[in-house]
Amino acid sequence: MIKVENLKKTFGPKVAVNGISFTVERGEVLGFLGPNGAGKSTSMRMITGFIPPTAGKVTVGGFDIAENPIAAKRLVGYLPENAPAYTDMTVYGFLDFVAELRGMRGDQRKKAIHRVVEMCFLESVLYQSVDTLSKGYRHRTCFAQSIIHDPDVLILDEPTDGLDPNQKHEVRTLIRRMGEKKAIIFSTHILEEVEAVCSRAMIIDRGQVVANGTPAELKQKSDIAGAVTLTVGGVTSAELSQKLAQISVAKRTAILKEGSSRVLARVFPRPDTVSGELARQVAEVAQREKWRLEELHTEEGRLDEVFRSITLPETVKEERK
Amino acid sequence: MSNAFSNVRTIVKRELKSYFTSPIAYVFIVIFLFLTGFLTFMLGGFFELGQASLERPFFSWHPWLYLFLVPAIGMRLWSEERRLGTLELLFTMPITPWQAIVGKFVASWLFLALTLILTFPIVITVNYLGNPDNGIILTAYIGSFLMGGAYLALSCITSAMTRNQVVSFIISVVLCFMLILAGLPAVSTFILDVLGAGGWLADLVGNFSVLTHFSGFEKGVLDSRSIIFFLSIIIFSLFTTGVILRSHRAG
Repeated sequence: MIKVENLKKTFGPKVAVNGISFTVERGEVLGFLGPNGAGKSTSMRMITGFIPPTAGKVTVGGFDIAENPIAAKRLVGYLPENAPAYTDMTVYGFLDFVAELRGMRGDQRKKAIHRVVEMCFLESVLYQSVDTLSKGYRHRTCFAQSIIHDPDVLILDEPTDGLDPNQKHEVRTLIRRMGEKKAIIFSTHILEEVEAVCSRAMIIDRGQVVANGTPAELKQKSDIAGAVTLTVGGVTSAELSQKLAQISVAKRTAILKEGSSRVLARVFPRPDTVSGELARQVAEVAQREKWRLEELHTEEGRLDEVFRSITLPETVKEERK
Repeated sequence: MSNAFSNVRTIVKRELKSYFTSPIAYVFIVIFLFLTGFLTFMLGGFFELGQASLERPFFSWHPWLYLFLVPAIGMRLWSEERRLGTLELLFTMPITPWQAIVGKFVASWLFLALTLILTFPIVITVNYLGNPDNGIILTAYIGSFLMGGAYLALSCITSAMTRNQVVSFIISVVLCFMLILAGLPAVSTFILDVLGAGGWLADLVGNFSVLTHFSGFEKGVLDSRSIIFFLSIIIFSLFTTGVILRSHRAG
């Protein structure tokens, strides 16, 4: 549905987006991740046709957004950053205006408004002026606007920004459900959101795609992915390290916490270790040595760690070391 | 084509509604009517003149009245969209930028027309007191409407340039003032005497003035050149507005 080829955008000497390419098919939810100023919003603005790219090409549903903007824009629903809306209108008036611009008439328009009002829980503020709404309601009003024509393509720039935890949950559920039939791109800072909603995630940094894959694949890139964390009692940390070092697939052991009666440690695997192998061997050692094993699990890796290790500038990384 | 028309109509409808849901419309109408009344009867000396005509006491104030009042309607047209961020919504809808630009302009022009129509009591008054030439009054109204359109279109440009309404207001007042200035006798005298330039230059500058073109309408003359003058200012300004809005987005 969405095809982006080598998209570039420069503002004067500043390069905001530097050659991004990807495709999103129907039934996919693509998460855009990246630090502030990485070029997420700029990319979305180019995909929706709001700003023209310096170079590259965007096609939506087969229509080139530069050559055939009207046909392409018809297929797209867009929630811009900060959820703008006309403050002097009522929620109903605003949705009615957007539905009319989307070419809906009469009964069809009323039904469409009714549908999104229900989906976004706007009944209670329907005839209230937009500038009197709380941030959450305003956000949902703008979100309702983006899905009013039941578009095939949805572009959402930080759709859960400013919502409370319950509302966040609702919106995520909504996105996931709609993602079964639509092609969706959404950006976020919240990493759990990516795991909860996305079928694929892309990390963008300084205008470039630095990682691209399913959330599980991305987590694999984490340093701790595949490591085994264990809590044991009845053994000193020195003895624990020594015994664990004898395991053939273990690379090194780190003691995370040492209490009076128990030790929390993490064993890192050697590269190319079959998953689960390290945990099995650690358990064997514990049994043989008659340690009191309280907890043992294999780390899946954490997205925030991957995110940090990829997007932190090199200088900062070195300082940390 | 019908699609383009209905898109423009949708935008006109929204804009007009937004004038009347905020106090702007009412404040504007009241001030406009109060000022026209004050200028006509107090400064214009409507009664003292003893003529059944609206040219001098009423219409001759319009270029000056519009100078401050029209930029006040026009200043929010695009600066507000940019400030609220709704420009991004509008330009990602399946409409062309032209439809949005024309729609917003037409809505504000219609609003001005409405205000102008509400000055009708003065027409009734002059008809009650004497026997004016109503044809002249009608052409003067048409001229006034066209002139207001030209001012409005200029305000469109300035409001597209900035997200600050005050800045937009001041720049458009200056622009409109230049259009008046070009036709003042003082300016043509300056060109003739001080610069020592030929009469052609004074004529050329004078032809860029709204005063020159409006005076024909006031006298009941529907001069096609003057109509073209006002319409070309409008078209040129809307075109420039489009270019400015596009250049903002191109970065």
